[in-house]
Amino acid sequence: MKMTGSKILLECLRLEGVETLFGFPGGTVINIYDDLVDSPIRHILTRHEQAAVHAADGYARATGKVGVVIATSGPGATNTVTGIATAYMDSVPLVVVTGQVPTPLIGNDAFQEADIVGITRPITKHNYLVKDVKDLSRIVKEAFYIARTGRPGPVLIDFPKDIQVATTKFDYPATVHLPGYKPTYSGNLRQVEKAVKMMLGAKRPVIYVGGGASSPEAAAALKQLAETLEAPVATTLMGMASIPKRHPLCLGMLGMHGTYYANMAVTESDLLVAVGARFDDRVTGSVPHFAPQASIIHIDIDPTSIKKNVRVDLPIVGDLHEVLNKMVAKLAEYPQEAARAREETGFWRQRIAAWRESHPVHYTPSNSVIKPQFVIEKLRELSAEDAIITTEVGQHQMWTAQFFDFCRPRTFLTSGGLGTMGYGLPAALGAQAAFPERQVIDISGDGSFQMNSQELATLVQFKLPVKIAILNNNYLGMVRQWQQLFFQRRYSQTVLDVPIDFVKLAEAYGAVGFSVSRPDEVEDVIRRAFAEPGPVIMEFKVEREENVIPMVPAGKALNEMVLSS
Amino acid sequence: MRHTISVLVENEFGVLARVAGLFSGRGFNIESLSVAPTLDPAVSRMTIVTCGDERILEQINKQLHKLINTIRVIDFTGQDCVEREMALIKVSAEEDTRAEVLRIADIFRAKVVDVAPRCYTIEVTGTPGKVGAIVELLRPMGIRELVRTGPVVLGRGPKAVEK
Ligand SMILES: Cc1ncc(C[n+]2csc(CCOP(=O)(O)OP(=O)(O)O)c2C)c(N)n1
Ligand SMILES: [Mg+2]
Repeated sequence: MKMTGSKILLECLRLEGVETLFGFPGGTVINIYDDLVDSPIRHILTRHEQAAVHAADGYARATGKVGVVIATSGPGATNTVTGIATAYMDSVPLVVVTGQVPTPLIGNDAFQEADIVGITRPITKHNYLVKDVKDLSRIVKEAFYIARTGRPGPVLIDFPKDIQVATTKFDYPATVHLPGYKPTYSGNLRQVEKAVKMMLGAKRPVIYVGGGASSPEAAAALKQLAETLEAPVATTLMGMASIPKRHPLCLGMLGMHGTYYANMAVTESDLLVAVGARFDDRVTGSVPHFAPQASIIHIDIDPTSIKKNVRVDLPIVGDLHEVLNKMVAKLAEYPQEAARAREETGFWRQRIAAWRESHPVHYTPSNSVIKPQFVIEKLRELSAEDAIITTEVGQHQMWTAQFFDFCRPRTFLTSGGLGTMGYGLPAALGAQAAFPERQVIDISGDGSFQMNSQELATLVQFKLPVKIAILNNNYLGMVRQWQQLFFQRRYSQTVLDVPIDFVKLAEAYGAVGFSVSRPDEVEDVIRRAFAEPGPVIMEFKVEREENVIPMVPAGKALNEMVLSS
Repeated sequence: MRHTISVLVENEFGVLARVAGLFSGRGFNIESLSVAPTLDPAVSRMTIVTCGDERILEQINKQLHKLINTIRVIDFTGQDCVEREMALIKVSAEEDTRAEVLRIADIFRAKVVDVAPRCYTIEVTGTPGKVGAIVELLRPMGIRELVRTGPVVLGRGPKAVEK
């Protein structure tokens, strides 16, 4: 039986196990939307295509599944760009389907035509233009395969309108044939052996974990490795939820706003084991001064990440879960050596403990004004252990990283690589769509919130009870902090000097809003918000000029932290 | 240092843009690039001349591999190989220089492929060094136009890299 391209697309999605789509209709996808009426797949209508992509991204990060988006051609497609770049930088698996003008019109500057394949080439793992309906099912199959395997990432399929109505016999391929794409998973055993020897010989080891270890399986293997060696673990923003914050070996975040003890430990280490991390400049600070005494083992699924920014003594290409498990298995063959290594590194852990004691993560509490860090601590205290936290970008994001004790993988969704303001609310929406019963909290800034605040409508329409905590400092706080520290307090265009009534804003959308300005009201309002069955905005009017510390000024070495404001 | 790299790619829509975009987006150099289908029409072969230190070359190699459509990447630097480039040179041939132009072409085993009054077009093939040398010798005669293909390269001996 022959089927139209549009129906074939939806059937492929169903066969890929897609239950939820995020998108926004328009002329060149109208056929797909018509067929959606008869499809079992749920479609969540966001109020902006950027938000649809962030929502699919949040859905993907929270579940580990591929997030799927539909947008129309031209402006619909270009609106997806920031979302795609965000997912690309953080290795999130997405399939984005864009409508395109009919093939005979491509290249003619037709109405709502944009070369989205050209535009997204450097920000997708791969992309396709469907030129023949006979290729469609193969392309969809490949797109999902590429998105989720190896180092995951977004794949875009540009789908012209005439191909959507063209018909062919539907046949979903069972396998993919991609001669140039064969990700390495297993990790070279000899390299693993060498790594284990290096670990057993290290006196001051540190494990440095990035977003590559976000799956529960990789996180479990990581924990086992760290515990076998009793090696301290520092994480990036993206690696945060891979080891419980309260774990005695966890040093919290390293890098620009990392903890004193994580940055000191990395600087003084003699062996750095990088696990699914890519030595971003926000992590390394000045590269020549980064871990200057350490041998570096780098485990990553993506060979291009290795030796890109720093020298590496022992590279291992492979899936972290597999490689770490192999390491743990190998270590089990050397029980005496492992015991000796644990013993010999005791003084190192004591040294780190002393740093932790002298410079803990801290802030100066207040009885008169709400400290943003206090709100984060209270949110942790009052939320469920499996609550999913998203953030926007800015000071509130760094305070969340510093003061929220994450304890499970896939519970912290934040734009690390691209640093996209406006990510958190739609990402929370997507995570809530995946887990209707779990608590989902967007920790937001007053600036970032306004970049996708229209999604309140989506939350209300689809009954997604996301709780939004706005830390309102009436500033683009993170930029203001830089201006204060490096530009003589010239607050150029960072003052958000219009008093927005966030309660009324929430109510205008049919959501609930609370606003507080006294520290003793914080706990009560969080409790009330969490008790609400629907979406809620909690506005916390916080200390306006609080700074994020410690801070490593850009280009400085990690041990040159500014410790107080 | 100069490197000559062969890249086997699936002969797909947009693959040249992917490779070129990779080089420009990451700030890598392209000195020359030539591309055409191989024996297998589904596969194209690109020959890219680039330069950079060891770390950059390692990145170029890995980043090329990372493209989904890339099947193989071979860096011929330091390998025993045959490297050839072709050039077409439109050079002035005045009464007093015509004989010299022909003599130079002869020395380089180049061919005159088009003759016009006071102008010859010369075809020459050789290593990039040889092509450069004839260009320099002809330059004083007055080169009106020059086109070079950029080199292509094959390893010596019976071993083949395609399949
Ligand atoms: C889309 C986008 N534009 C600009 C920036 C630069 N930027 C980084 S943090 C920040 C301020 C964010 O302000 P707010 O959301 O109020 O958070 P705060 O720092 O005050 O907590 C800005 C403008 C960015 N990261 N993303
Ligand atoms: Mg702010």
